[in-house]
Amino acid sequence: MTLRDVVGPYFGTFGGRFVPESLIAALDELDAAYQAARVDPDFAAELAELHRTYTGRPSIITEAPRFAEHAGGARILLKREDLNHTGSHKINNVLGQALLAKRLGKTRLIAETGAGQHGVASATAAALFGMECVVYMGAVDTERQALNVARMKLLGAEVVAVQTGSRTLKDAINDAMRDWVANVDTTHYLLGTVAGPHPFPTMVRDFHAVIGTEAREQVRELTGRLPDAVAACVGGGSNAMGIFHAFLDDESVRLVGLEAAGDGVDTPHHAATISKGRPGVLHGARSLMLQDDDGQTMESHSISAGLDYPGVGPEHAWLADIGRAEYRGVTDAEAMSALRLLSRTEGIIPAIETAHALHGALELGKELGPEGIVLVSLSGRGDKDMETAARYFRLLDGETEDAR
Amino acid sequence: MSAVEQAIRARREAGSGALVAYLPVGFPTLDDSIAAAIALVENGVDILELGLPYSDPVMDGPAIQKATQTALQNGFRLRDGFTAVEKVRAAVDAPVLVMTYWNPVLQYGVDRFAADLASAGGAGLITPDLIPDEASDWMAASEAHDLDRVFLAAPSSSDARMRQAVGASRGFVYAVSTMGITGARSDVDAAARGVVSRLRDAGCTSTCVGLGISTADQVRDVLSYADGAIVGSRLVAALAEGGVTEAARVAADLATGTR
Ligand SMILES: Cc1ncc(COP(=O)(O)O)c(C=O)c1O
Repeated sequence: MTLRDVVGPYFGTFGGRFVPESLIAALDELDAAYQAARVDPDFAAELAELHRTYTGRPSIITEAPRFAEHAGGARILLKREDLNHTGSHKINNVLGQALLAKRLGKTRLIAETGAGQHGVASATAAALFGMECVVYMGAVDTERQALNVARMKLLGAEVVAVQTGSRTLKDAINDAMRDWVANVDTTHYLLGTVAGPHPFPTMVRDFHAVIGTEAREQVRELTGRLPDAVAACVGGGSNAMGIFHAFLDDESVRLVGLEAAGDGVDTPHHAATISKGRPGVLHGARSLMLQDDDGQTMESHSISAGLDYPGVGPEHAWLADIGRAEYRGVTDAEAMSALRLLSRTEGIIPAIETAHALHGALELGKELGPEGIVLVSLSGRGDKDMETAARYFRLLDGETEDAR
Repeated sequence: MSAVEQAIRARREAGSGALVAYLPVGFPTLDDSIAAAIALVENGVDILELGLPYSDPVMDGPAIQKATQTALQNGFRLRDGFTAVEKVRAAVDAPVLVMTYWNPVLQYGVDRFAADLASAGGAGLITPDLIPDEASDWMAASEAHDLDRVFLAAPSSSDARMRQAVGASRGFVYAVSTMGITGARSDVDAAARGVVSRLRDAGCTSTCVGLGISTADQVRDVLSYADGAIVGSRLVAALAEGGVTEAARVAADLATGTR
């Protein structure tokens, strides 16, 4: 069997379903609907049509030669998920799940969000399909991503600022699960990454696999061969699984996930789950996670809300375990520097999440040398991060720009 | 027959059913949680459920979330759970089950956890986020250390899953009264009756109903068709508001529902 054929519920020893019994029926129902949709040409056609006429797929690839000068001269190719409607890869999964929810007769979508990109995408789909939408977002994140909160509200969604625990993404997921248990008859939980109980990791990956499928062809067309490395940032891991999947069985292609190292992986302030975590159960699946000796989840830290998560999808834990993919940490400072570099050399302002992948690409390029080709998942655009970036670089009124 | 089953059987033969009470260890302090648990038994509680505070309690509503978060902020460690079981068992005779999310057990080591729980005098585990499908390690460890396994059955569970819960559980099956999380409710769902009756059809001889029970009348009503009634949030709220004395008073009042 090839690696691409693994469909869960287990990825090696990772995955499964560690949830309250009350949710099992809903997960079974979802799994059955998904299995049916997977082989249904009408479903595929409906989703493809939405991608073409609403999302703007296929997304292009852009070569970044001026940026690549800082990457040892290797060729750097950007897969432009930032150009999707709503500004990130998140819409791919959202439209797929929203279509499924409609098939299941659900009238209400709930979602968790960190950076707000998944929340915005979910609110967008709810508006498009005429569904009710509630988005759970940690109170820390509603502050640092205020613009996205406003977008969700404008789209008609209710945004709940979650005040429990560390008040970030992990707590938003807890509250979304609690809502789902109580309202499962009418409600679909539109989980935004490749984590959670089966079938979410497999289903979300499949809805994002279009990223890698398109990119693999586009890179071959442009360069006549496969890339040497594919780089993507990893929060829960959805954009990374999406772009990795098509390449899983291409042995010559290195798959590199970039995790948020915050202040540094050897400090207490990071979100480098694979580099530093241990196996455990969080949010419905066995995977790697940041935890103390007692198995209490530890708070993660990252300048990027979308990567500020102490868990990771089980398929990544497995790919790391079997050595098919490698995972590295990128600090806040390295990511912000890559963000500015891409802005200045190519006129593309990436999301801070994405900037972690860009730093990874700079390093990979230097390792590969001028003959190398690196494909980068440009998972999102930076509009939502302007306030953080402006503060970081001191770009606001009357401040002198910080040269850091 | 396990101590928990015996306690339930004794109450049933007396024409009623068991009052099962939940309190988290370490709230408001370790000592007070132990004192409160002992006081509950002295005021009519038949079986105790001591909860181990966990960072991500997805099955819990606001009252229990708040209490367990306080316990964690006060420095709760897993070993405190064993201390609490031991001290409560030294003071009163009621069986003590531990209610815990799965990751702490996994990190402690499933077999080591079972061994330490057994030597502390604990009766077994209630596992809200562990379904029998994922429980092979726990099945083996609980067999090896002669501990009860309490799995959950929900209104949404299929008949096949009801049979699975009955087959895998020992002590009792936890009948989830409603589609939701912990917290006091003014009416305990009609769904609870349905869950119990479907569990009976699946061969269940020992089942306690939990989620939402907060008054003596609700206890009495539940015991008319189930073997036990589980009260959590109401007691946690009482402990938070009026300390051990108030928790004991509420327990005594709830116990009138068993007579
Ligand atoms: C632009 C962007 N990239 C990446 C992520 C991280 O998520 P994932 O690892 O699931 O791709 C987010 C999450 O919010 C995001 O907004």
